[in-house]
Amino acid sequence: MKRLLSGNEAVARGAYEAGIKLAAAYPGTPSTEILETLAEEYRSVYSEWSPNEKVAFEVGIGSSLGGARTLVAMKHVGLNVAADPFMTFAYTGVRGGFVLVSADDPEMHSSQNEQDNRYYARFAQIPFLDPSDSQEAKDFVRRGCEISELFDTPVMLHMTTRISHSKSLVEENDPVTPPELPFAHEMEKFVMIPANARKRHVVVTERMEKLRKFAEETDLNVLEENGSDVGIITGGISYQYAKESMPNADYLKLGLGFPLPLEKIRRFVESHKTTIVVEELEPFYEEAINAAGLKVEGKEYFSRLGELSPYLVSKGLYEAGLAEQAKGADFEAESLFPRPPILCPGCPHRGAFMALKKLKVPVTGDIGCYTLAVLPPLHVMDSCICMGASIGNAIGLEKVDKSHKGVVAVIGDSTFLHSGITGLLDAVYNKSNVTVMILDNRVTAMTGGQQHPATGFTLMGEPTRQVDFVELCKALGVEEDHIRQVDPYDYQGTIDAVKEQMEKAGPSVLITTRACVLMPKRIIDRAYKVDLDLCNGCSACFRIGCPAILPSKEMTRRNRPKAVIDPTLCTGCTLCAQVCQPEAIIPVEEPSTVAK
Amino acid sequence: MNNKTSSNILIVGVGGQGVLLASEILSDVAMRAGFDVKKSEVHGMSQRGGVVSSHVKYGPKVFSPIIPYGQADILISFEQAEALRALDWVKKGGLVATSRTRLVPPIATGGQFTYPDDPVTEIRKKIKNVVALDADKIALELGNIRLVNTLLLGAISSGLQFDNAAWEQSLKARVKAKFVDLNLKAFARGQNAAAEAVAS
Ligand SMILES: Cc1ncc(C[n+]2csc(CCOP(=O)(O)OP(=O)(O)O)c2C)c(N)n1
Repeated sequence: MKRLLSGNEAVARGAYEAGIKLAAAYPGTPSTEILETLAEEYRSVYSEWSPNEKVAFEVGIGSSLGGARTLVAMKHVGLNVAADPFMTFAYTGVRGGFVLVSADDPEMHSSQNEQDNRYYARFAQIPFLDPSDSQEAKDFVRRGCEISELFDTPVMLHMTTRISHSKSLVEENDPVTPPELPFAHEMEKFVMIPANARKRHVVVTERMEKLRKFAEETDLNVLEENGSDVGIITGGISYQYAKESMPNADYLKLGLGFPLPLEKIRRFVESHKTTIVVEELEPFYEEAINAAGLKVEGKEYFSRLGELSPYLVSKGLYEAGLAEQAKGADFEAESLFPRPPILCPGCPHRGAFMALKKLKVPVTGDIGCYTLAVLPPLHVMDSCICMGASIGNAIGLEKVDKSHKGVVAVIGDSTFLHSGITGLLDAVYNKSNVTVMILDNRVTAMTGGQQHPATGFTLMGEPTRQVDFVELCKALGVEEDHIRQVDPYDYQGTIDAVKEQMEKAGPSVLITTRACVLMPKRIIDRAYKVDLDLCNGCSACFRIGCPAILPSKEMTRRNRPKAVIDPTLCTGCTLCAQVCQPEAIIPVEEPSTVAK
Repeated sequence: MNNKTSSNILIVGVGGQGVLLASEILSDVAMRAGFDVKKSEVHGMSQRGGVVSSHVKYGPKVFSPIIPYGQADILISFEQAEALRALDWVKKGGLVATSRTRLVPPIATGGQFTYPDDPVTEIRKKIKNVVALDADKIALELGNIRLVNTLLLGAISSGLQFDNAAWEQSLKARVKAKFVDLNLKAFARGQNAAAEAVAS
């Protein structure tokens, strides 16, 4: 029987079937489930969370060097972090087949930008494959390995959120046994000193020629002829949207998106009255085809912003005069309240940001659940650029801004280990006056609760050594008495601790000590409730932005709603009780002592 | 039960409510009946209390995994205001099953935004076929909040062509053995609630 698999689960299955021996990644939506599935279902593949994407990529190179088929996975911005090894690995080529999964996030469902990573493949001059459903996501891993070995090149598998997170039916195959190619000294190929690299660059250009020929012949690029005078060139999820709108047009579906089969495309364009390119984000195919002197349309009708959808594609095809109607409708403007994501009830980050809000200090931010503190009502954070940026941002800001006593950088535990360590090293080295607040909730929460080097477990579930943040900061050169820990559930205590750290000369570190309430296990303490007789409707508790605190039907004399706490959501963190002046927020009675 | 050979089902809720199980079971039923099935949802940031949705489409051949706006045959909602928000996804003559659960986000507790007084009444003004049930309460009575998934599936089951034996088979495939009986009970409760809603 076929199985219903998400694109990511299918990539994991594909890795298993292709005989991949090693997979390395750092989590990042929408790529995370690839390694999670490998570690859970296909334990014969060694898989690891590396501290960041650059390390993951380098581990992957080592594995390929050892002759093993290898997969590394990351979200689109992860490849920025891994760009250094990536660009040069394109020169050296591989021993064992190497597939890089780049999971892009058009629409920025969970990302800080929507860069189109197809350009990275062209930049590095390596091929990329563009699956349009889970079956292809799975099959293209094996095809990727084969192309990688045949042409001696890393291969990119270009996923997008819709491919990664949509499920469709997949026919599974038995795993293959890939060719053995054990480690050997191959200095001219793998040691990229200029003398060797110059030779390898020649190889890269020759390889591109061979790949162009391959692109013309491969069955990865599928011609679908239905006798139409409309030709559609497309790939990835856009293919599905276009098919839904115009099932009977002719298609050239690009499974190999770079290099393009320009001769095949020429014949396709010449044999159709109109040829249109349907692709998400940038006009990657369209520009390359136009540059080859062929006339195609595209971005005139399809936005370069955000995701496409069946409706947007059908509307574009209609406006281009190709489809008879636009199927679907425009979204109506919503009149309802918005529901942005929010820190969970009991989230330890809340206490940290309540304190920072009170102190009104400049706060350079970073990426993780805690970034949600930027939204009202907490509304704290002055920058968020990329992982690890908070510390460098704080150093620069503190050097030039003399209107404040200092700057606080907030950074999560996983993010600090990913790319914050070097920032703190700079703060020590260049005598910066910043305060770095490490929000240590002991898990990579934003992406769903992954392990990292300070949690004590590997991806495959083995116990391992745990980074000690205090010792690490000391080793980086932060003075011992400039490092402090604080319980973020203690509101006044956190305010005092931030103040104290900011007053110290030179870099200081403040580490919060509460675990995530959701992962790896739910933490629930005795719930709190509101004594409506005491509540004066001041709304101080509403302003901490806790989803468990709601307005009750009961009003004060000045017609302001009193508060009520949902006992099923409250975790008993007590932060709201600490800001309640009339002390109206109290623990619920123990069940045994309920008086009635 | 009807004999349509394709259907689009949209499932919505609030991040953290665990709406994905319902779409898993639904996709499984359709797959076992021999249909092509696709299902799409977005993980990540929205799971922290934002709006979450899952699209399920089945038929002889499915291309896009997402349902075009206005083309859902059935809407399942784990939260009543979210049912209202998603209402325009539903086709004319479509079916809505919603929990009466009320999750007011902090943003709607201040002055700028308000949570509607009675979303279900507003939904009924636009759609005839509406089943609204206190799903959280019933699920807790039965013993587990996760049973909301099967309760709501029971409530929409008359809108799809699968018989109870097929549902039972998929439930068994998708939930832990010790929870199967409870889930079957919840499914039946949902079916009854829907039958009563039609009768009244
Ligand atoms: C280069 C890069 N890799 C991965 C991600 C995805 N991502 C965003 S935040 C984050 C880690 C969050 O963990 P942590 O810093 O511990 O904060 P928490 O969410 O636990 O509060 C990840 C993996 C990203 N945005 N950029």
